[in-house]
Amino acid sequence: MLVAKSEQGGDAATLAGNTTSVPPETSLETTPVLDVRGLSISFRGRDGITHVTRDVSFSVAPGERVGVVGESGCGKSVTGLSLMGLLPERTAIIDGGIHFDGRDLRKMRPREIRAIRGRDISMIFQEPMTALDPVFTVGQQLMETLRTHYPMPAAEARERAIEALKEVGIPSPERRLEEYPHQFSGGMRQRVMIAMALICKPKLIIADEPTTALDVTVQAQIIDLLKDLSERTGAALLFITHDLGVIAETCSRMITMYAGEVVESAPVDDVLRRPGHPYTSGLLQSLPRLGHRGGRLPFIPGRVPSPGAMPEGCRFQQRCPHASAGCDHYQPMVSIAPGRHARCRRALDLELEGAVE
Amino acid sequence: MSTANQPRVTENENIVTVDNLKIHFPLKGGETVKAVDGVSFQIRAGETLGIIGESGSGKSTVGRALVGLLKPTEGTLRYGETDISELSAAEYKRLRKNYQIIFQDPHAALNPRMTILQSLVEPMEIQKEGTRESRRKTALAALERAGLAPEIALRYPHELSGGQKQRINIARALTVHPRFIVCDEVVAALDVSVRGSILNLFADLQEELGLTYAFITHDISVVAHVSQRVGVMYLGNMMELGPTGAVIDQPLHPYTQALLSAEPRPVPSDMREDRRIRLEGEIPSPVAPPSGCRFRTRCPFATEKCAAEPPEWREIVPDHWVACHYATPDGQVA
Repeated sequence: MLVAKSEQGGDAATLAGNTTSVPPETSLETTPVLDVRGLSISFRGRDGITHVTRDVSFSVAPGERVGVVGESGCGKSVTGLSLMGLLPERTAIIDGGIHFDGRDLRKMRPREIRAIRGRDISMIFQEPMTALDPVFTVGQQLMETLRTHYPMPAAEARERAIEALKEVGIPSPERRLEEYPHQFSGGMRQRVMIAMALICKPKLIIADEPTTALDVTVQAQIIDLLKDLSERTGAALLFITHDLGVIAETCSRMITMYAGEVVESAPVDDVLRRPGHPYTSGLLQSLPRLGHRGGRLPFIPGRVPSPGAMPEGCRFQQRCPHASAGCDHYQPMVSIAPGRHARCRRALDLELEGAVE
Repeated sequence: MSTANQPRVTENENIVTVDNLKIHFPLKGGETVKAVDGVSFQIRAGETLGIIGESGSGKSTVGRALVGLLKPTEGTLRYGETDISELSAAEYKRLRKNYQIIFQDPHAALNPRMTILQSLVEPMEIQKEGTRESRRKTALAALERAGLAPEIALRYPHELSGGQKQRINIARALTVHPRFIVCDEVVAALDVSVRGSILNLFADLQEELGLTYAFITHDISVVAHVSQRVGVMYLGNMMELGPTGAVIDQPLHPYTQALLSAEPRPVPSDMREDRRIRLEGEIPSPVAPPSGCRFRTRCPFATEKCAAEPPEWREIVPDHWVACHYATPDGQVA
């Protein structure tokens, strides 16, 4: 997470005013299931206000799978948590709109949000062991999730829980229902988490690094499962990860975040071939490739600017090989093609290298 | 393929030879964790040997054993021609400094209360090398070699980024002039954008100083990039070992094939091949590993023979070893 310190707290509010200049990014004509507009998140601390994200806007169409990529500290996870209303109320300052299914979550009463959370929007975390309660059986936890939102007799909830475990490929679900989280392996625990996220048939699943703690062969199973379930149930997926390979295999659109801002949004296949933002291009080129052995590896020089010293204008300019005069002004999102936007004034004339030659 | 910084590999000089290495950890109740269970390989002077495997494969245990941090339960470990179990403590300590290890978490490896300089001179103090002044000089030279400014010497670890801290750990290993370094997931904790610069540094140091590396990682693309040969481990056994190009492009063992096809690739959908092999389940417990071939419970080609007898470690293509009853030289499993 970024740790900026600033004396005045008015910043985030003024920045959110820029929302109007951001072109709509809905890639499909349908009403998006999730529409985030000008979302700025800051935290109140002892030494002032820490700005974490600035003017984040994106949307997810029903059934769409969108990947959010970026390095540690770029604001991906905080954005995910804010969508669920899970940021600490006392310290988090949230500006902007989060529209779910046409309704602004930010204007809802806590009780209304609780009704939606877990039922219409659910979340899968990186570490299933910390997200599951160790003192209740998997069955109790699944049934509780279900019955919180849909009051029903225990026997019926049990049937639905067994069904949910079967759905995510857990063998002998009747028996496993009676077991505790510690009796499951890492991959099986993540399947339980997915079963729990899906049991109320949500319209949107937010998955924050759901495969990062898993081995690659197990990761492949979970990716296949998430894709398959989202296709079958029509649930949209917001997939937060630092792993571009995982996004390429799972999602149809990719959003790149850098230093708290969305810097690019584009269909995955296009961005892998020809990214529109120098940061995305740098990330893609930094990946060692299986077919490309030995020699020098490209990398992005420097590091994410410390939030106290965030440069004026483009936040990537100090590390960018294409920076020039003019990059020190505020950079709006530029439309480079239908459904493709990048926060770079040179996006239209740069020919940036992607992950393929 | 790399030509620019191909290290000088000496075919006939082995820096490290491991023969039938077993490392078992006793558990309460008489059971044992067979973390490494009969592994044999050599590391040639000047090369980078990559060791890949998933969690529980025993790769890090092998890495620790290579630098003497774990004692073999069975089997031998030789540095050059010397069997280290036959050395006296003093002789071992002298030899041991040539064999260093760098760990995954660059932060945990540094003492937060020591300045960078104090951390850097510590290995030399332990080895009772040089004078106070010469140790300082060596430390600053190592810092420069690792691509850091000398001003950093007086700072504390918390003031540095992950990439800088990993460079400090590299510099610290260099202060005692090792010949061989075990790199255990050295870029796993770093952001993608800085990994490249650290991997490049390892390549430069190898070329300048003639170092030999054992590069342990779960990341196949990293191994493919840095190593000349790759060993693939699964549940305490080595499944395959051969030249990197051959192992990546034409893997002989079904496990290696599955591992490679599970690797998510950042390529557009029309360039992606369908996964040839999907593995069911997860790695079994090393307390009670399957009989015969360790991989048979997840192997799509497993037969009764695989349960009955452990496969032999065979060199079925020159320099390319595999432990599978059915592996053939062209990569078909038959």
